[in-house]
This record gives sequence, C-alpha cells and structure tokens, in this order.
Amino acid sequence: MNSAGRSYSTLAACGVAGEKRRSPWWEVWRRLRRNRAALVGMGVIIMLVMVAILAPVLTPYDPNKTDMKARLQRPSLSHPLGTDNFGRDMFSRVLYGSRISLYVGFVAVGIGAIFGGVLGAVGGYYGGRLDNFIMRCMDVLLAIPQIILAIAIVGALGTSLVNLMIAVGISQLPRYARVVRASALTVRGQEFVEAARAVGARDVRIIVENILPNCMAPIIVQSTLGVAQAILSAAALSFLGLGIQPPTPEWGSMLSAGRQFLRQAPYLSFFPGLAISIVVLALNIFGDGLRDSLDPKLRQ
Amino acid sequence: MPELVKAENLVKHFPVAAGRVHAVDDVSFSIMEGETLGLVGESGCGKSTTGRLLVRLIEATSGRILYRGRDIASMNGRELRQARRQVQIIFQDPFSSLDPRKCIGETIGKPLEIFGVGSGREREGMVDVLMEKVGLSPRLYYKYPHELDGGRRQRVGIARALSLSPDFIVCDEPVSSLDVSIQAQILNLLQELQEREKLTYLFVSHDLSVVKHISNRIAVMYLGKIVESASSPDLFHDTLHPYSQALLAAVPIPKLNRRRERIILEGGVPSPIAPPPGCRFHTRCPQRMDICASEEPRLVDAGGGHLVACHRVFGA
Repeated sequence: MNSAGRSYSTLAACGVAGEKRRSPWWEVWRRLRRNRAALVGMGVIIMLVMVAILAPVLTPYDPNKTDMKARLQRPSLSHPLGTDNFGRDMFSRVLYGSRISLYVGFVAVGIGAIFGGVLGAVGGYYGGRLDNFIMRCMDVLLAIPQIILAIAIVGALGTSLVNLMIAVGISQLPRYARVVRASALTVRGQEFVEAARAVGARDVRIIVENILPNCMAPIIVQSTLGVAQAILSAAALSFLGLGIQPPTPEWGSMLSAGRQFLRQAPYLSFFPGLAISIVVLALNIFGDGLRDSLDPKLRQ
Repeated sequence: MPELVKAENLVKHFPVAAGRVHAVDDVSFSIMEGETLGLVGESGCGKSTTGRLLVRLIEATSGRILYRGRDIASMNGRELRQARRQVQIIFQDPFSSLDPRKCIGETIGKPLEIFGVGSGREREGMVDVLMEKVGLSPRLYYKYPHELDGGRRQRVGIARALSLSPDFIVCDEPVSSLDVSIQAQILNLLQELQEREKLTYLFVSHDLSVVKHISNRIAVMYLGKIVESASSPDLFHDTLHPYSQALLAAVPIPKLNRRRERIILEGGVPSPIAPPPGCRFHTRCPQRMDICASEEPRLVDAGGGHLVACHRVFGA
C-alpha cells in the first residue's frame, strides 16, 4: 500500500487545483486499471458494442440477402465466415447478430438484476412475513423451468423483442433475489446498519446506500453469468418462434439453425457460438475485476 | 443541574422459543445535564440493551424515556427523527459499526446529508472540522475503515455521533474492543469533548476501572435490574450491595504487594428467561437471608442519593 504517496499527492492536488480530493469512482477506476485481465475484458466488450453500433458500415453484404447460387460455402476471402443454407453471408449476419443478442442479453439481465436485487434486499432487510412472501413467490418462479416460464410470459404478452426481454428477465429474477437476500441477511445484522438508523436514515436509504452496495459482489458475478444465459434463452425462444422472427440475425437462432448442417457446414454453428463465448468470457473477466475494484478491502 | 434524560420503569422482554428473555426489567434512572452516568454489570445483564432503548434502536416493551421531558419511547417517526439530532450513540465495535464500502468522510458526513445540513461542499468542510475535533487528520477523508486501526475507527464513530451536535450520547462499551493504551486516548477524548461540547453521557461498560475514570455516578446492573446506584466515590468506598462488592473485589489491583480479599461468587448467572423470585441475586449472594428468596427488594435511598436494592442493608 502506498498510502504515504497517495496522501501526499492528495495534498498536492489541494494546493494546485483547489479541488480537494478524488472521488470514490475515480478510486474504483484506478484500481480497475491495474487489473490487466479486467481491462482486456472491458476492451472486448467495448469493441463488441462498437461492432454492434457500426454493423452497417462494417458488413460487406446485406445480412438478409439470399443468394441461392452461393449456398453453404466454406469460409473464403469473399465470405470470411462462409454462407448459410440460403446463401446469406455469415460474417455480416454474425456482426448484425451482435445488435440483437447484446441488447437482449444486457436488458434482460438488467431487468432481472434490478427487480430481483431490490426484492431480495427488501426481503432480507425486513425479514419476517414480507420476506417469506417474497421468497415463496420466488420459489414458485424457480419451480417452473426457466424456458417454460419464459414461453408462458411471451405467450401471454405477445411476441415482440421487448416482451422477449421482459420474459427472459423475469425468468432470471429469482436467482438475483436469492443471492441478494442471502447477503442482505448478513449485512442487516451488522452494527453499521444500526448506526445508520441511529443517525436518522430511513429504510429506503439504508437499503439503497448500505445493504445493496454490500451485496454487490454476488450481483455482479450472477449478472455476468446471466448475460450468456439470457442470450441462450432468447435464442431458444426465437427457435420456438416466440422471440426474434427470422430472418433477423441473432446469434442464438443462428446457432440452432446451423444444427441441421453440422456435418457439412460446422462453421454455421461455430461462429455464432464463438461470438457468444467471447461475450461471456469477456463479461466474466471484466465482472471479476469490477467486483474486486469495487471492494475497498481488496485494494492493493 | 437540571435533569436531561430520565428512564422510568423501562422494560424490555425479548420473545424467544423458550419464553421471554427479561433483558431489562423495570429500570429507572435519571441523568443530569453535563454528567456521565456509568452503567456497569457483567455481560448479559441488560446494560447494552438499556443503552439501545434510550436511543430507540430497539423498542421498549413498556416504560418511558424522557428526554427534556418528552417521551422518546412514544414518539412517532417524524418526532423521533428530530430527536435523533440530540440523542446519539457510539458503538462498541468500531469494526462492524462502520460501513466497509464507504470512505470515512462519507460515513461522518452522512448524518448531515440525511438532515440536509448545508450543501455538499459545505458538508465536506464540516466533516474536516469534525475530524479535527476527534483527532483525525482530514487527510484521511477518503480512507476506508479497514485501512485504519481500532482507535482511529472509534474516532470516526465518535465524529459521526458528534456530527449533528447532540446533547446526549450513549457510549455503548466504546473502549472495550480497543487495546489498553488506546483506551486511555479515547477516554480522554470523550472527556475533552464532554467539556467542550457540554455533552451528557450514559457510559455502558463492564470494566469498572474505565467507568470509575469517567463517571460522575455509577449504576450497577444485575439480571436486568439496577441493584445499586451512587456517586462514583460513594460506590467505590462505601459499597453496599453484595453484588457490587463482589464486582469491585474482582477488579485487579496494579500493585505487586497488595492483595485484596476476593469474593468468589458461587454458581453462574441464572437464566434471564426465568429469573429467580425475590431478589435476583439471592441464588449467589454470600449474605442472603430468608426474605431474599421471597420478597423483591426495592431500590431505596440509603442516604445522600445512594440507592440500593438489598434487604440486608436495611436490616429487614
């Protein structure tokens, strides 16, 4: 720990800029910067997001344009990732697919993590009957297989991209509720929660400012894993015709569509699968680093 | 001196599977403005519970807590929030009483933020002043609790309690988890602050030598009841209750060739779920009489404000 050096530079900062100290977020960033793996993960995610945004510029072909003369071609210079059974360029489709897949993955996890996290924190903090009620509801959701639950929700709400994300989000929600509740139970027993009450903090403030930040680690871990799950769940729903409608490119449905041609053209499944793996791996590594840098105790 | 805080017939029972734990059973005392009342007793006697009842971190089963004549125990949410500005608490464990995810400047400034005192920038300045007041360098503003030693952490806890300029602070074993060398520093700081800020303390501790050092008056608790209460010198030199006598005899004397007559109590503390009838101490009392097992002694003035609850003292 270079506390001496840091305090000194803080003092210097007061003198020069007139600004007193660095904000806590700056500290998190400083710690994250030291974690090379996390930076790589973050770089990959940023790159993928850029690809999704810039897909129209980067793609050599229209992802939905069929060309029956060029069906099931192997990867070549003109089609870097080959073509599918309709002669569509796989490279363009994988690039465009990142738009829907990343969108669905992040939004669905966002829905699950926010609502699940809040429900878990509320249950864990208040305990008693409210906790029991919330957790039994979560148990009911958990008892239904995730994909069937999602099918039921999309079925009820109607087929659309937004409903798909809501369905996947809700089907993931109980997991967040459970992990957050478990942490909240240990956090609420700590004296600093009592201390917050003693200085007049209301329950909402305690949940948002004390309970949730101290439950960050499991939320982040669960979320980074959840994105992959969400992409795959969305793919399964699309496969069943309840999500993204063909021919819209989306990694999950491309993965399952390539299944039929696995022997003749394994690259049809391989590249969308690789794309999903890269997202998941990058998110996991980044999530790990973020969790560590958000924890002041792990500061080196 | 006017009376600042008064507890009247305070009762706290915790329901458990086996019945009710009589943590605090009909406790009454008053604290004058500017004084320190020491509350001592062994662990589990209800002294910490009493402290927490006063700041209403736990709800009393019955009884009243009067702060400047207003009953804290029956206040509604809004009144209680206002009262919290005047009545504060310092916790025993400076390791768990500070949020590990918040830098100490944030922890100290939080009460100001909650009550909307000043702008963000003004609050930072106020936190600097508070930190200096408790002997912390403002340079530590962005340090996290785990980077500080126990003494500094406890100073953070004290600064947080002081932030709203309270009149009354419950010190719940504030030095028990610190090294002896640091205990003295924190005790001196508390005394210094008391003089400067005109504070009134309820000082909860199991350590008689600490309590003797800081208190004007001392109340001794046993199994949820106050058995004796007197001014600090009276309690130490004219100890009346057999339990207080045994407690005092257990304090080590830091001299080589002086021995004290030890009073060894037999048995353990009875269960607070089913406290013994009569005098709660009669099962272990070396001076018990027949009446002790049947009739509960009342806390009565034995002269000069020295209250004691013992049949023996009054020769019943």
